[in-house]
Amino acid sequence: MGLTQLDKVWAEHVAADLGDGWSLLHIDRHLLHDLSGTGGLEEIAERGLSVRNPELCFATPDHAVSSAPGRTGETFAPGARLHAGLRDLSAASGLHYFGLGQMGQGIVHVMGPELGITLPGVTLVCGDSHTCTHGGLGALAFGIGSSEVAHVLATQTLRQRKPKTMRVSFEGAIPTGVMPKDMILHLIGTLGAAAGTGYAVEYAGSAIRALGIEGRLTICNLSIELGAKMGFVAPDDTTFAFVEGRRFAPKGAMFERAVAHWRTLPSDPDAVFDREVTIDMASVSPTITWGTSPEHAIAVDGIIPDPGTAPDPDRRAAWRSALDYMGLEPGRPLAGTKVDWVFIGSCTNSRMSDLRDAARLARGRHVAAGVTAWVVPGSEAVKREAEAEGLDAVFREAGFEWREPGCSMCVAANGERVPPGARSVSTSNRNFVGRQGPGARTHLASPAMAVAAAVTGAITDVRRL
Amino acid sequence: MQPFTRVVGPAAPLLRQNVDTDLIIRIEPLTQLKPSELGPHAFEQIRYRPDGSDDPDFVLNRPQFRGAPILIAGRNFGCGSSREGAVWALMSAGLRCVIAESFGDIFFANCFQNGMLPIALPGATVERLAALAADGAPFDVDLVGKVVRAPGGETVPFDVDAQRREALLEGLDEIGRTRKRDAEIAAWQAQDRTARPWIWQLAS
Repeated sequence: MGLTQLDKVWAEHVAADLGDGWSLLHIDRHLLHDLSGTGGLEEIAERGLSVRNPELCFATPDHAVSSAPGRTGETFAPGARLHAGLRDLSAASGLHYFGLGQMGQGIVHVMGPELGITLPGVTLVCGDSHTCTHGGLGALAFGIGSSEVAHVLATQTLRQRKPKTMRVSFEGAIPTGVMPKDMILHLIGTLGAAAGTGYAVEYAGSAIRALGIEGRLTICNLSIELGAKMGFVAPDDTTFAFVEGRRFAPKGAMFERAVAHWRTLPSDPDAVFDREVTIDMASVSPTITWGTSPEHAIAVDGIIPDPGTAPDPDRRAAWRSALDYMGLEPGRPLAGTKVDWVFIGSCTNSRMSDLRDAARLARGRHVAAGVTAWVVPGSEAVKREAEAEGLDAVFREAGFEWREPGCSMCVAANGERVPPGARSVSTSNRNFVGRQGPGARTHLASPAMAVAAAVTGAITDVRRL
Repeated sequence: MQPFTRVVGPAAPLLRQNVDTDLIIRIEPLTQLKPSELGPHAFEQIRYRPDGSDDPDFVLNRPQFRGAPILIAGRNFGCGSSREGAVWALMSAGLRCVIAESFGDIFFANCFQNGMLPIALPGATVERLAALAADGAPFDVDLVGKVVRAPGGETVPFDVDAQRREALLEGLDEIGRTRKRDAEIAAWQAQDRTARPWIWQLAS
């Protein structure tokens, strides 16, 4: 029987067999941010330990820093201690650090791929659940807690059990108006937010092969919202072309040698998965969430579901509670619901392809009266490239605010919140109760749908714009 | 790490599915407070009324569940963010054990790093235990015997990974244990520098 990509990459990284199915897994790349990264560095310092392999650690502030134009690490005062801690402890430990205003700074999951830190077949971790994003390049990447961050800093390893495998194949041509975000929201809406628990998900199929790397990063980013702590795409020529020439990527003959190895990583044709799912692309529409779990996803031209029709009592209760929090009535179309805020950004959708999609629709239009709309680029590099293309001007002229890179309103750790009761269409990954601020009502959607909402002032089918 | 051997006390039923770690603890307190200070912020969005007073309908505010050390939760408890503060907040609020049909993978692992016991049981069993818990009568969660004893005498055995159980019972320090294997890590890295030099020879 053939091997899956998970089997191959896992086996390559076992530094010791700990018995009972446990492996001591070597970690090739460790990303740190100003929340869990600062905490992890403080913890090992308090214990009198040092960073075992600082050359494999890459740090940047993203969570608790302001995204206001002209910001410094102190602009959001409650985050100043975390920002300074990450900067100073990174310097003291000799790990790579990318500060505000420097190329490299940005959301950790934008930084890794863009700098060539993320490579096919590496094990990569970060104290952040959206670390699964890096699977878009064929990395085995997953989020960990603070204790595990300290463990990786001190030992460059983790004690892990190998997950089960699930292959999700998206087959067929990508319909007009459908973005990678729609594909993954559709999957989560179909399978549920716990379907991936205990699994590593491999995304496959003709529609995945047709996507660029940034689209694959978006798909992998929401693996955790399916319940899977890791999700990845087999590396292919698209992957290698993306990696080549990036700052920390191998160069010249070393690159060729690496590519030869990376070509051996995809799952064998006769590999068997614990679960197989196929999604027919013809069934995927522009998709948006209506409730407080990413599984509450429907086609944008769909009807707000009636809890009375829920398949079981648990979901009936969850749907009722979600509708109450979201201020929505069942049985009505979701499209047309008035919107107060639009947020384009986050590790899901803040890369160049996202901003180009958004700018194409924003050009020549204007944000509707009563709507506040932000664009927060994912990194300093994205910001500079977008400005060089004039996208910032397009957004500004259309009435969007153009801001500094970071997590911003996706997680609201930096004081940037959607006000209580306000309705937001957001390109981020979580519509949880209070995620974008206490009482905030979040609808997850693609950058294109976010622009459609911003310029019409309501949830709008982008195909009708 | 604080060892876990046995916990006896009321079990508060919170059978809401997909309770995410943002709901357990908002991120803002995590930027400001120590783990031991997070208890008052646990579940704050569903625990307090708009004026800041306790919402009497929230299970941990009911008299029989104040200070309960056990939570009986809905499916996919602790999904979402990797924030270990979710475990710290629950522990700071006095909880030591969560019983649910399933858990978010990262939350589940974080529990074992902190002396918190997550127990996965079939959904029907969880519902039955929640019904038995309603009046606040004490449950006995025994990690040595791998059994939950419910009020009225029902005994429910549970599975727990052998290595995780040992670490909880002994309060073992994971970093310390792994550091004893440093020679193996060094040997692995030495061969990997030859096998995959691009991992190690970072350009720039």
